[in-house]
Amino acid sequence: MPVSDLGPEIALITGAIAALLLAMVLPQRRQGWCLAPALAALAVAGVRAFAHVNEARLTFSGVWALDGITLWARLLIVVATALCLILAPRWFETDRRHGEFYTMVLFSALGAIAMAAAADLMQLVMAVLLSSITGYVLAAWHRDWALSVEAGMKYFLIGALANALLAIGVIFLMGMAGTSDYAALKQVEITSPLGLTGLALIVTGLAFKLGAVPGHTWVPDVAEGAPAPAAAFLTIVPKIGAALALYRLVQLFPEQDMLRPLIAALSLATMTMGNLAALWQDDVRRLIGWSSVSQSGYALMAVAVADLSTHALPSLIWFLAAYALANLTGLAVVAHLRGRTALGDYAGLGRTRPLITAALIVSFLSLIGIPPLIGFVGKLGLFIVTIDGGYTWLALAAVLNTVASLFYYARVIAPMYFANAHDGRPATLGWEVGAVAVFCAVALIGVGLVSGPYLTHGAGIVALP
Amino acid sequence: MLTLAIMLPFAAAVLLAFVPASPRVSRAIAIATAALSLLALVVVWIGFSPGQGFHAMLEIPWIPALGVAWRVGVDGISLSLALMSGLLFVAAIAWPMDREFNARQYYAWFLFLEGASLGLFLTLDLLVFYVFFDLSLVGMYFLIGRWGHGQAQRSALKFFLYTLVGSLLILLAIIALVLMTDPLTFDMRELIATQPVAGMDLRAGLILLGFVIGFAIKTPLFPVHTWLPPAHVDAPGPASAILAGVLLKMGTYGLVRIPMQMMRETFATWALALAIVALISILWGSIVAFAQENLKRRIAYTSVNHMGYAVLGIAVAGSALTGHEAARELALTGAVVEMVAHGLITGALFLIAGAFWARAQDYDLAHYGGLAGSAPRLMAVTWLASFASLGLPGLAGFVAEVQIFIGAFAVWPWIAAIGLLGLIVTAALFLGMLQRLFFGERPPALDEFTDLTWSELGILAAVLVLVVLIGVWPAWLLDLIGAGTALTIGGG
Repeated sequence: MPVSDLGPEIALITGAIAALLLAMVLPQRRQGWCLAPALAALAVAGVRAFAHVNEARLTFSGVWALDGITLWARLLIVVATALCLILAPRWFETDRRHGEFYTMVLFSALGAIAMAAAADLMQLVMAVLLSSITGYVLAAWHRDWALSVEAGMKYFLIGALANALLAIGVIFLMGMAGTSDYAALKQVEITSPLGLTGLALIVTGLAFKLGAVPGHTWVPDVAEGAPAPAAAFLTIVPKIGAALALYRLVQLFPEQDMLRPLIAALSLATMTMGNLAALWQDDVRRLIGWSSVSQSGYALMAVAVADLSTHALPSLIWFLAAYALANLTGLAVVAHLRGRTALGDYAGLGRTRPLITAALIVSFLSLIGIPPLIGFVGKLGLFIVTIDGGYTWLALAAVLNTVASLFYYARVIAPMYFANAHDGRPATLGWEVGAVAVFCAVALIGVGLVSGPYLTHGAGIVALP
Repeated sequence: MLTLAIMLPFAAAVLLAFVPASPRVSRAIAIATAALSLLALVVVWIGFSPGQGFHAMLEIPWIPALGVAWRVGVDGISLSLALMSGLLFVAAIAWPMDREFNARQYYAWFLFLEGASLGLFLTLDLLVFYVFFDLSLVGMYFLIGRWGHGQAQRSALKFFLYTLVGSLLILLAIIALVLMTDPLTFDMRELIATQPVAGMDLRAGLILLGFVIGFAIKTPLFPVHTWLPPAHVDAPGPASAILAGVLLKMGTYGLVRIPMQMMRETFATWALALAIVALISILWGSIVAFAQENLKRRIAYTSVNHMGYAVLGIAVAGSALTGHEAARELALTGAVVEMVAHGLITGALFLIAGAFWARAQDYDLAHYGGLAGSAPRLMAVTWLASFASLGLPGLAGFVAEVQIFIGAFAVWPWIAAIGLLGLIVTAALFLGMLQRLFFGERPPALDEFTDLTWSELGILAAVLVLVVLIGVWPAWLLDLIGAGTALTIGGG
């Protein structure tokens, strides 16, 4: 077997094990050093990903696709994971056993990559489970803080149900189609009710990972209760994997006339639900969580028109990149402010912490889709492909939702920038965390301006099988 | 040169945002930048010969896959609007701040807004147009929210929400329009030349609806004008001047450039409906303005009325594919002159309103009176600006309105006849306002009321001289606009 095809994944496993071993020998104060092997592994994985840059083939007996989707999933996930991990050492400074955190995150990132790369239903189940089980641990990391445990518990309960549904769906579909292999599934026409039910159940299972309706309820709790680095990771990385996996699944059945309307309906429900719930949210972390739900809804727009428009896949990838950067900025700012979460506590922050305030404002503006930030390019791509694919009503719904979302983002932006501070300069976590926030905010502007070359290249991104 | 005019303010805004500078230095940098930007535009104007498509063009590829590029260029319409905006920005930036705090950020946002506004008028790429359209919202939102008074945050948010609905509808319409082209292109010249939706019915109608609602919110037309009064009342004086003088023009300019030029056939089908909406705006704006007791609200509602004239002119101009050429040309020229004149006049009026606020922290007309004795300079400029606004012959407003109405009479006489009523109401409301401000008993609270300083007077004079100049000798502006070619080949 061509082991080198899995270079990035092997690097992640090696890094995870190295971090675990290191955590065993390090003194309790030095657990943060495990960041080093983790980052090294991510760097190697990122570089190794480029070894397959122009390839489009299936490997490992057809269960693993090496194509444009996998390449971009690897790159996005590696970068996002690295940025999340940099937040961790300071956040967990007082946690004397957090060396294993890095191992867990790396395994979870591995699961997310495997999701996007899966070209076989069994492989998909394995990837979702790997990503979920590590996710439960990450969400409940603060063992003695009720909110964190609640977040982990909720994540686990919904996840267990969703994963069970996913497994049942896979069984139905396999049973009806006679194969679990994507390349073979593409040749089969699914008409039996049982097969269709299976397909719907698989979508439901992936919707949980994506944080989309009906599996979305964990997102705000995780954003609020999980440690900030884990919250950032869990609201970003599994979503990237799930959205791309869903895209791969939908394009398998181009003739299937139930699947796309189903995805479009989920998209509409998700964006509306997320925005309505965020409207009057007085807790900034929960607000970011709900906004992240609505962003999943937007991502589903591109999935609904998979293959109907030539730009659907590049638009989806760029939107995910934009979302990842913006959400990471937001949660890095929260982490930098030591997890400060009540909306009232953000008033006047523009006076006392101008740079970090600017980062948060840029992040929110990008989530709204204000040009020339990358969020605008991402959303523009989504609008183009949705209209091009014949789902104009969905684009219109997204527009209305965008306007509604402005309302709650402005509820945070306005007091931060307009009001006067009522207490002194708030304490922060450390320069690394602030640097991540500022770096992401700069990237939101910078990458947005250079989107041109990507989109030119984008039409060539291949999706197998 | 055009790119320079757009990028200078942006560069200076970034500079002010990050480099600590004292309020005086920031102010000096801001004024100098705005003046340089205006100078760049004047240089383009000197080399401009009307009637031959777009001028001073520059094209740099940006997203070739989608046919997006940095394209700038001007025809008579966009150049005259850009010049007016450039001048108004110099005036608004030079005008003393309402509330003196955070001067550096204030000027940075102003310059940012200037870059976005000029960019919008000068670009020839639909996507870049949209980008600037949105950026102007962001700039204005922060200016109103931070430096406004009263319920500034609420008004700023209302402004942002309303106009974002409009801008996103425009975005959808732009995408739907552009998807008709093959290969994809956002190039305005190309779109004007090819008329991508010609011959389609329902789809073209929906695209037009998106554009019209979007631009109507920005213009604003009845019934989507309700964001305007609170935004104006709570905004600082100079920001109000820009909002009325420049931002509202984006709506009418967009209406000319996109639906009227790129979808000529569809626009002609629906022109009557647009004219009726404009007529309602004319009447509604003037009648509601008449009832306002708040100085700024009153001026704000006259904007609804005046922009109604401009839209009426545009509707007349686009009302048919053939026939009535002379009248339609006249109406379009009138509409553009109205935009320029309204920008200058209402800009001046809002600066004057800012002067009232700076002295008395009050906009309530009932609390004013008898200022003729203590503030003669203020009275003189207010009279001049008000008379220009109500359309006195010899001033800019008259030139515009006369052309619009002559054009409208040729095409839809009954609309023009009803629209004339708006002029009468406007005259009444301005005269009433002047009377209450300057005559009668002076309330004791106003004993300390000081006249305009010489710098304030100088700024207003610079703006109002142009108003008079356009009024008595409009030929140079009419030549510059050269509307005739805009109707037939697009550009001009």
